[in-house]
Amino acid sequence: MKGPNVATPNPLAPPDRTRASRRRFLQIAGVSGAAGSAMLLAACGDDDENAASTSTTKATAMGGDIAILNYALTLEYLEADFYDKVIAADVLSGAELELAKQFGDTEAAHVETLKGTVEKLGGTPVKAPETTFPLESRDAVLELAATVENLGAAAYLGQAGAIQSDEVLAAALAIHSVEARHAAALNRVLGMSATPDGAFAQPATEAEVLKAVKPFIVTS
Amino acid sequence: MSHPNPLETVRVEGMSRQTLLLRGTLAAGAVFGTSMVSPFLRRAFAQGDMGDVDILNFALTLEYLETAFYEEGAKLGLKGEVASQAKRFGAEEAEHVDALTATIKDLGGTPAKMPMFEFGVTDEKSFLELAQTLEDTGVGAYNGAGPAIKSKEVLAAAGSIVQIEARHAAAIRLLREQDPAPDQFEPPLTTEQVNKAVAPLIVS
Repeated sequence: MKGPNVATPNPLAPPDRTRASRRRFLQIAGVSGAAGSAMLLAACGDDDENAASTSTTKATAMGGDIAILNYALTLEYLEADFYDKVIAADVLSGAELELAKQFGDTEAAHVETLKGTVEKLGGTPVKAPETTFPLESRDAVLELAATVENLGAAAYLGQAGAIQSDEVLAAALAIHSVEARHAAALNRVLGMSATPDGAFAQPATEAEVLKAVKPFIVTS
Repeated sequence: MSHPNPLETVRVEGMSRQTLLLRGTLAAGAVFGTSMVSPFLRRAFAQGDMGDVDILNFALTLEYLETAFYEEGAKLGLKGEVASQAKRFGAEEAEHVDALTATIKDLGGTPAKMPMFEFGVTDEKSFLELAQTLEDTGVGAYNGAGPAIKSKEVLAAAGSIVQIEARHAAAIRLLREQDPAPDQFEPPLTTEQVNKAVAPLIVS
């Protein structure tokens, strides 16, 4: 995964250049207001606008957050399941095995808290998907782990602007940076850059993420 | 919290800020455990009276600090992986400085001036130790400020930066043979905690 070539903005550049670099900065960050709202509306399946009563608006905002939390929960299920299967596959040893165990425990904790949060908000947690991963060798496992973690970090980043509740946002941020730490550590273990996107991490949309994880989900 | 909350009259899509807070308390309780709700909310909302420009200037000061720190590191004669990582991370912090400066100007604000720093690092060991502290602190600072950011665009931009800080923190920790991700949920830091942590490094 190669990020765009993000040129260092020249602080001495004329104002138009500076504005351009800010635009690029925001573009890289990805979430425009319009895209965020569209995602939220799609998640809610709700298109009634203005004149909404407080309770309707509240339900809509919460519905959006519940949908986002359930999407995150699906990814965390996938990650937790992945590490369980990695440990069972017995292809890692030493420090690498310890990392996999630790990261797996963390993903399981994320699963539990996301489930609890969906329930607290009055939603129904999605079911865990049935998964399948190619786990023949140490290299294959570590590469897949890095792919999944980098994707997870990009997925959380892609939702930041769409979350309505400050508290759900705070929780998502607390998970996002942990996914980023996992991704960076695995990249380094593989001898790759900790920051493949450069100075600004790129978000991924829900559609991009679900497409990327499709090969690992068994549909019956 | 005893200080008056200037946000309580702000309405978010027909909802008062207090409704949001109440609703969020439940979510935070679910995530962090009921006993942790109060300190958690205090931390998450300690930045509540700062505007986006204030938050961006707070972030800018941290990025100045990190950039200056890696420049200092370049003078230490670091070698191998440590040298190459430090060079890369320093260049990325400098890009954060430029982007934050441009964003603050774009919002009509005045970018904070770069303070003078004194790091006191003398060798690879002391350099990596302080690097870890600075990067970990950076992550907690952005995460703590995140919920107080009002603009979705600024929030998304801050998110794309904090992810890089987290990646730096993990990589530096690995170089020190430390746990790259010591917390299952990254603890947010208040501006107060961050300022206290970096105060000894600021000369003027």
